[in-house]
Amino acid sequence: MITFDQNAFLIISTASLIAISCGLLGVFMMLRKMSMTGDAISHAVLPGIVIGYFISGSQRGVEVIVGAGLLGILATLIIDFLRKKAKVQLDASIGITFTLLFAIGIILINLLAYKVDLDQECVLYGEIAYLPIDLWITDSGFSMGPRIIWLALLNLLLVGSFIFLLFKELKLTSFDEGFGMVMGIPAGAINLALMSMVSYTTVSSFDAVGAILVVALLVVPPATAFLWTKDIKSLIKLTIGIGIGISVLGYYLAFWADSSIAGMMVTVGGAVFLISAVLTSKKFKFRLGTQSNQEAFNS
Amino acid sequence: MEDFLYFFSFQDSSIAFIVLGITILGIGSAYVGTFSFLDNKALLGDAISHSVLPGICLGFLLAGEKNPYYIVGGAIISGSAATFLTSWLKSNTKLSEDSIIATVLSTFFGFGIVLLTIIQKTGNPEMAGLNQFIFGNAIGILEEDLWVYGGLSLIIILSLSLMMKEFSLLVFNQEFGRAIGYPMDFIRLVFNILMILSVVIGIQAIGVVLMAALLITPGAAARFWTDRLSTLLILAGLFAVISGITGTYISFVIPKMPTGPWVVVSLSALALISFLFAPKKGILFRYISRRKYLRKTHRDHVLKSLFKATEEGKKGLSKDELLGLYPHHKKETLGSISYLLRNNQLNNIQGLIELSESGKTEAKRIVRLHRLWESYLNEYMNIAPDHVHDSAEKLEHLITPELEALLDNRLKYPKLDPHQENIPRDNDNI
Repeated sequence: MITFDQNAFLIISTASLIAISCGLLGVFMMLRKMSMTGDAISHAVLPGIVIGYFISGSQRGVEVIVGAGLLGILATLIIDFLRKKAKVQLDASIGITFTLLFAIGIILINLLAYKVDLDQECVLYGEIAYLPIDLWITDSGFSMGPRIIWLALLNLLLVGSFIFLLFKELKLTSFDEGFGMVMGIPAGAINLALMSMVSYTTVSSFDAVGAILVVALLVVPPATAFLWTKDIKSLIKLTIGIGIGISVLGYYLAFWADSSIAGMMVTVGGAVFLISAVLTSKKFKFRLGTQSNQEAFNS
Repeated sequence: MEDFLYFFSFQDSSIAFIVLGITILGIGSAYVGTFSFLDNKALLGDAISHSVLPGICLGFLLAGEKNPYYIVGGAIISGSAATFLTSWLKSNTKLSEDSIIATVLSTFFGFGIVLLTIIQKTGNPEMAGLNQFIFGNAIGILEEDLWVYGGLSLIIILSLSLMMKEFSLLVFNQEFGRAIGYPMDFIRLVFNILMILSVVIGIQAIGVVLMAALLITPGAAARFWTDRLSTLLILAGLFAVISGITGTYISFVIPKMPTGPWVVVSLSALALISFLFAPKKGILFRYISRRKYLRKTHRDHVLKSLFKATEEGKKGLSKDELLGLYPHHKKETLGSISYLLRNNQLNNIQGLIELSESGKTEAKRIVRLHRLWESYLNEYMNIAPDHVHDSAEKLEHLITPELEALLDNRLKYPKLDPHQENIPRDNDNI
């Protein structure tokens, strides 16, 4: 028997909205071989969140978002600095940067423990289950529904228009940065803009879903979609589909197992990825793999 | 200060134990991490450290308590699964390595969180100890755990030292190792196991999320100081130990402060110092030597211009004429002139700057190298005479006396360069 559960609907739709935003950004991150940079950024925004929280006195302040955005950009710049100026290899510079910034974040949380009601676990894995209780109430006392869902909508709107407006530039610089530069596209600025969108997405959803789910949604759906298709438009469509799919399935499995919803969504994503990898692997090549999927989207 | 004395005099045997533990542990992880850093696989350590979480939770679920054997066993199993999956995905899909690592890392960690929440719901009172794995707490390590972790660390250090040759082959030239008959796949397997082991013991103190720092940062920082593998390993170990003890001390002094973040911050501080100030590879050193080199080349150019002026029959050039030759480098030109005057390579005779005897010799040398190189390019490389100037402009500063002799010999001591200009010799009169 299936009844309409308002909480389930709210949680799943919020998770799907976040999944779509992350997927859109994730596709480009993956094509630029920057998936680990995304992971690094989602860890590195922590000090920004804490400082923003400390200044504004609440988790909802604009300062939090600004702080996290700045830290995201700072992380990108540090990685770049280490790689280009200090000549450390890329993966090591990512590792050094995000661990340092995350460590500073945890230290700040502990130092400001009395002023900042934030714990490190919440930043890592959030709690989407509390989402329906956390309402946005206007000054006149009118309830507008859960706060996070509005944030997620706004986030999707911004990310969507970012991708839509800069689609050509993003595509070009992802595949051939040199050619993009020759065409007069400021590759560095595009890159920084993408990174700030990633940090904004991380922070706008961190208290609901936590850094782990954001990272997973940034990385796993695009990687899974990439196993099935190489065309960028179908890649994006498939990524969105997978993101929504794991949100729905993850929620019900978590409900059934009585566990962390964000964690379960990630687990489902991992399972989908693994199945796709086995099905499309060189040793296990099914003809129907890529083709049937593309037909499904073309029809 | 009292805390400081209390901590570092090791009156408290448990503190002595913990410091000993973190020392061995730091050396072990830095050791393994340096190898994987040299192998360009720095982030594999990050992937492994995130993916041991489900194993730890499973070990806990099976044992029902924080039993070190179950936890280490579980962690090894899930760490191996992640490592295997990473290499399988790499050879069987077209995904790039960083997508694979990010995917494996986040899904394993997500699954770990699911298990963690399930354990939380069971209401097991030992649960509190499990949370420490995420952020680490060296002070919380029990003495009996320490025996297990310390023993494992020693195993890692010993096997890496004994099989140093094999692992350096793995890291530097795997193909060569295979060609001379070493079982490289087996060596990689052993190395991966050691890496998983070091992660498993490290996360006790430093936590899952930050473990990557203990693996990556010491090696990356030490790499700036030396090119020798043995020195590199010793330095990396030293960095890890210093920051390990600093972190432990701070988390001892400030209650409820986790160890991991402070270890990472002090490690990063050491790394930053290395990046900036290390001789030869440090940013500051490279900047200074670049500046020095640029000044030297500019001085060479000034000498060369004066030499050309004498070739044209002038006695020297005035300061303004020299400045006019390098319109955008006024400061450098003035600096070069005053440096050369101080070194008696130039004479300033009533506003006219002339080459002195030693200046002439030096100028001749530079012009000779320039023209010799042009001749060489023209004769041996068949490059047209109007294309050889730019390359000579760079190499005139670099050619050593040995190379000069070789060039002269090859070209049979030529008199003229491709532009039919005289190649000046030391005893020539101009």
